[in-house]
Amino acid sequence: MSILTLARFQFAMTTVFHFFFVPLSIGLGLAVAIMETMYVVKKDEKYKDMTKFWGNIFALTFAVGVVTGIIQEFQFGMNWSEYSRFMGDIFGAPLAVEALLAFFMESTFLGLWMFTWDKVSKKMHCVFMWLVAFGSTLSALWILAANSFMQNPVGFKLNEATGRAELTSFGKLLTNHQLWLEFPHVIFGAFVTGGFIIAGISAFKLLKNKDKEFFRTSLKFGLIMGLISSILVIGAGHYQTQAIIEDQPMKFAATEGLYEDTVDKNVPWKLIGAFDTENHKEGASIEIPYLLSILGSSHEGSFKGMNTINEELKEKYGDQLNYYVPTKTLFWSFRVMAGFGSGLAALAILALLLLKKDRLLKIRWLLWIVGICTFVPFVANTCGWLITELGRAPWTVYGLFTIADSVSPSVTANQLLFSNIVYFLLFTVLGGVLVFLIYRVSKKGPYAKAEVTDNVDPLAKEAF
Amino acid sequence: MAMTGLQMLWFILIAVLFIGFFFLEGFDFGVGMGMRFLAHNREERDVLVASIGPVWDGNEVWLITAGGALFASFPEWYATLFSGYYIILFLILAGLILRGVSFEFRAHMHTDKGRNIWEWAMFIGSFLAPFLFGMMFTSMVKGMPMGADKNIYATFGDYVNLFSVVGGVAVTLICYIHGLNYIRLKTHGPIRYRAEHQAKRLYPLLFIGLVVFAILVKTETDFFDLRPTSTLLLLGFIVLSAVVAAVSTFKGKELASFLATGCILAGVVILLFNGLFPRVMVGSVEGVKEALLITEASSSPYTLKVMTYVAFGLLPFVLAYQAWSYYIFSKRLKAGKVEG
Repeated sequence: MSILTLARFQFAMTTVFHFFFVPLSIGLGLAVAIMETMYVVKKDEKYKDMTKFWGNIFALTFAVGVVTGIIQEFQFGMNWSEYSRFMGDIFGAPLAVEALLAFFMESTFLGLWMFTWDKVSKKMHCVFMWLVAFGSTLSALWILAANSFMQNPVGFKLNEATGRAELTSFGKLLTNHQLWLEFPHVIFGAFVTGGFIIAGISAFKLLKNKDKEFFRTSLKFGLIMGLISSILVIGAGHYQTQAIIEDQPMKFAATEGLYEDTVDKNVPWKLIGAFDTENHKEGASIEIPYLLSILGSSHEGSFKGMNTINEELKEKYGDQLNYYVPTKTLFWSFRVMAGFGSGLAALAILALLLLKKDRLLKIRWLLWIVGICTFVPFVANTCGWLITELGRAPWTVYGLFTIADSVSPSVTANQLLFSNIVYFLLFTVLGGVLVFLIYRVSKKGPYAKAEVTDNVDPLAKEAF
Repeated sequence: MAMTGLQMLWFILIAVLFIGFFFLEGFDFGVGMGMRFLAHNREERDVLVASIGPVWDGNEVWLITAGGALFASFPEWYATLFSGYYIILFLILAGLILRGVSFEFRAHMHTDKGRNIWEWAMFIGSFLAPFLFGMMFTSMVKGMPMGADKNIYATFGDYVNLFSVVGGVAVTLICYIHGLNYIRLKTHGPIRYRAEHQAKRLYPLLFIGLVVFAILVKTETDFFDLRPTSTLLLLGFIVLSAVVAAVSTFKGKELASFLATGCILAGVVILLFNGLFPRVMVGSVEGVKEALLITEASSSPYTLKVMTYVAFGLLPFVLAYQAWSYYIFSKRLKAGKVEG
């Protein structure tokens, strides 16, 4: 296998695995902060129990998120040194700000939050959690500022002498329209993830009739959070797509499976379709009339197909590159992502309606579905990133720098193979242990007598 | 190309971030090593974990910030160093991953067997990271074979040699003693006295190590040719800090000894950066491009300017709340069941 293939595989593996935990931390962080606020405001012990129980799960996922995050920052230099040379002037700054502004805040205040229950005032303790949640949201903003530049480069110039891209406007980097479309989509997606993991675990517990009052409240909380954010994520995604039609037409055409230009003004939307990616032809498909015209409402006239776009890109960037993107992956990823997103919103509405007078608790099959929805947002998140990153091919920085040019020339295939295998094993163990521990924490429930975990409380001996 | 003030400033800031990392995470590493070298039973291990539990993650962010700042201010350095030290950095990452999850995972284990697994993970991670960082930085200042494309094309002996192994051992040992001094500062009871006893026995080893290290700096690097006075002064500072640490330990002054071992780590970082200047990488092959200079490796003036505003705007807040968090957790811990 080539260095490039191995490096790409490793990047995909480490980022996908990392991004299981990022939305969980952001979403659960917000949820726990809201729960604690409800405790402070309503002074009801139930909310304190909720804060502690879900906070416990939050802390578990946060730990894995942190350690897999360090890989991300290091691997640009380790595996993509030429990319780092080309882009460092622009890409490094948001990364450094992310660490200074967000990571310090998250980690310091999470440490404070975890170990100061009943040691500081309730309000102060609640502020700690809000700072953790705020910090993780900020970190998403900065890393997406970097990613948005890769999608849609702005505020830079190419230095002829060094061949590097150089930043000319930090303001433009931060006002990139891609950022302000990508950020809401990612953040609301994270809130969906947080909402549905709470709703899902609660549904499983209710199926077993355990701690009914506690998990009924949690279920309602999770569903409301899931509903609001899934509607918002769909809205944000819609606007993001409008920009992609203009910025990266190939990505859009692939997600919609359009090889040929559309002729009609009323373009149908393919629900499913077959594609001949060798010869760049569309096969049979089931379509919903008019829908694509409605979805792509801001775009006037017909949509360009991939074959036309390919010719245009060849003219613009030279014909030595292949501008086609992995069509089937993008097409199906989009359907899975959008389908799951809409499905979750619909399910949340249904479940919330039935939760009045507790009718939902008697409909076991529906509780099962809500339970299974614990896992659905992770699939949708991954699909979203597959579209975003694979749809940018052949570029790492759109229109400026290719993936093939980005890889580290000094790292050997054997080294990459070794690190791939060890990462894989490590992630399998970490993921397995984490899922098991979340299962066990859930199984014990919120009122289980606290198993002696750490004997020592850092503040136990003396109050201050 | 003449060096600008901002390039100079960022070279110093990178050093400062690494000093912060080694000073703070250094004692974390030491405490992690103490899980196997110092603690005798579960209760003592609980004390060790609790002594760094609330702060270790914040300490590690110093490394992440150093990495990010390196990327932002010296992209060529970041690219050359990180790709050139691929396997070493990969092993460091693996160690930091094992260590990072071990705190949470250990707390959720129900059996001694389960806890034992994650205590080993914590120990191995805490041991690997400082050793490999020590190896990386010493071999880096000794010089690495660099190609014309500014990438490192090195073989095993470039990474693993007498100087780099001594460097790795030295950093690990200093971190361990630094950790022992932290434990003495943070705990009550037998473990505190055992830490003191161990530290006292390790100082002679440290002095021998530092002398060997100083000799190797003379023979293996060009520090003494390049700037003999400052190199000598910094070596003196390192030895003096070690003397202060030892004397304070014997006199029972815990805070002083802890700060002094921190100064040894800071001194080592300053020594390396002082010798590196005005380069960021040292080449070892004659004739080929000999080194990577600060002026070649740095970001554009504009990015450096933006980063300077950002750093000086944010760092004071970070330092303030991190210090406040240390203040809140400044109480001594004692092995035993938590009441209530």
